[in-house]
Amino acid sequence: MSKPIIEVTGVSKSYGGVHANKDVSLKVADGGITGLIGPNGSGKTTLFNSIVGYHPIDCGSVKFQGKEISKLQVPQIARLGLLRTFQQTRIYGEMNCVENMLISIPHRKMSYKDMFKHNSKIDYEKADRLLDFVGLYEKRYLRAGSLSFGQQKLLEFAMALTNEPTVLMLDEPTAGINPTLINGLIDRLQLANSEFGITLFIIEHNMRVIMNMADHIYCLAHGEMLASGPPSEIQNDQRVIDAYLGAH
Amino acid sequence: MNKTLLYIALLIISIALPFVFPNYTISLTAMWLLIIVSLTWDMTGGQMGYNSLGNIFFYGTGMYVAAITGISMVYDVGQYTSAAGGGINNFTATQYFSGLGIGAVAAGIFCAISAVILGYLLFGLRGPYFAIGTLGVAIAAGELVSNWEWVGGGQGVSLPVYPGDLDEGKFFFYYLFCTLGIATFIFLKWLYSTRFGAAINAIRDDEEKAEAMGIHTLRYKLVTWSIAAFIVGLAGAFSGYQLIQFEPLETAYQTINLGIFMVVCVLLGGKGTLWGPVIGAILFHVLKEVTWTYFLGWQWVALGALIVVTVVYFQDGLMGWLKHVRPEWFGERVEQKPGSKPSSASQAEAAQ
Ligand SMILES: Nc1ncnc2c1ncn2[C@@H]1O[C@H](COP(=O)(O)OP(=O)(O)OP(=O)(O)O)[C@@H](O)[C@H]1O
Ligand SMILES: [Mg+2]
Repeated sequence: MSKPIIEVTGVSKSYGGVHANKDVSLKVADGGITGLIGPNGSGKTTLFNSIVGYHPIDCGSVKFQGKEISKLQVPQIARLGLLRTFQQTRIYGEMNCVENMLISIPHRKMSYKDMFKHNSKIDYEKADRLLDFVGLYEKRYLRAGSLSFGQQKLLEFAMALTNEPTVLMLDEPTAGINPTLINGLIDRLQLANSEFGITLFIIEHNMRVIMNMADHIYCLAHGEMLASGPPSEIQNDQRVIDAYLGAH
Repeated sequence: MNKTLLYIALLIISIALPFVFPNYTISLTAMWLLIIVSLTWDMTGGQMGYNSLGNIFFYGTGMYVAAITGISMVYDVGQYTSAAGGGINNFTATQYFSGLGIGAVAAGIFCAISAVILGYLLFGLRGPYFAIGTLGVAIAAGELVSNWEWVGGGQGVSLPVYPGDLDEGKFFFYYLFCTLGIATFIFLKWLYSTRFGAAINAIRDDEEKAEAMGIHTLRYKLVTWSIAAFIVGLAGAFSGYQLIQFEPLETAYQTINLGIFMVVCVLLGGKGTLWGPVIGAILFHVLKEVTWTYFLGWQWVALGALIVVTVVYFQDGLMGWLKHVRPEWFGERVEQKPGSKPSSASQAEAAQ
């Protein structure tokens, strides 16, 4: 494994009596595609939330590019270049697609003066280009709330790309997307990784998708790290199979 | 070009109004005040999603800061206020105007800084908690000031009268408020067209998402509220000098009158739009004047009914209703990319 860009060590998080994450450790390799799987309620989203500073963790450490980030606030972490999308897709329904894209331009270098500027031609071109990339060009002046669920997922993905993250954490990018669209989305995710150089960390329930894309997979069960390894190994790991079957 | 003509016409009307209706100058001035406080209330309430019930704090504070500053440039404040009314009250025209000018600037700056400090404390609160928190600040400030003898206590403060004849004074204040109102409108029209406007809309629509995208949410909230506070502070400063005599609870920190009216105006006209607060304020002012004239004794009932009807049946206001029935006026459209074939994803979509 190459140098890790995210390093999670011994992270625990409980909600009242529910131990959503128990002593979880993992590493996300720089430049790669890492997968996170596990049955419903196994603590995947909770782990994402712990990494991006959405809630304080009970104990443990989260490092991004070697720097401890577990005490930072959500926007600060996002500005470092560690970005996440939401399982319940979140876009600005009242704004059109272009406006959604323009909101997402990176704020990491923004000074007080930049806040009061108009978006430049470059910003608009970038928005159009990335909307084209995800296949939403024709819809770009429509209210984002009027898009279908799958299109909203694509829009959220395009917004994330606009933000030029170093690492993009996607919470179930293919959930609710029509099977005919999934292949297109996989292509785009892989392009984002290979062309734009964005490290991907993906929660996914669709085994076909994640086994094809990821070069390393972690599996959570009941809040604990159950197994990790390359897709071929995970696919045949009896504990993983049991965990999934047992969850039914 | 039609729009430019419309703006020019409105400008001419604004300038001509006190000449056409000289008997209504004071009322028209009050209408501008209502427009100003509604426009600034909408900055946080409509555009950013933080419903403040305490913006009247900046009005009252602006009034006091300007008055005290103006007085202190000529007299000892304690002596002046304890002699309230009967005693020392001689200001030359120069003293009057420099007091008003410097006092207003001081008021604006003081209010802007208070908004930043209060914002640090209050912007952690969401929804109704923010509304109640800000209301608490305004009520507490009124009580504190009315117990502070140095600034006149419950008696309030008397300021010098306008150094000129009475009608000239009315005109002067009309144009003062008119200028501030137009300047505020132009400023906001520009502000909402920048990245700043988009960012505060994002905070309103989904603050968690905005945070997740790395937007400096707290910074935007503080700047927005302090700009609003600056403008309301100026309006309060002008009001104090216009009223000549004001007292803390009924005039300066009038939470139930102007403090609520500004919210009603915005709801009536349409939250989160540029024209909504303006239209709402004009409409509300006219309705208020009519009820005060023809339904005296019932005016509060009529106003209360108006508030209830607006809040229950007409939440998006006039502009919101217009946006709903005429979305194309607000720029919604499908647009093909010139000369390109549909991308693969949309082909796949078409195949669904
Ligand atoms: N805000 C919360 N308050 C209380 N309990 C929570 C909260 N969020 C998650 N949990 C609990 O933590 C556990 C893990 O939830 P989490 O959402 O992380 O699972 P997940 O692996 O993402 O599941 P899914 O695949 O269904 O999305 C669950 O038992 C859930 O009920
Ligand atoms: Mg989840």
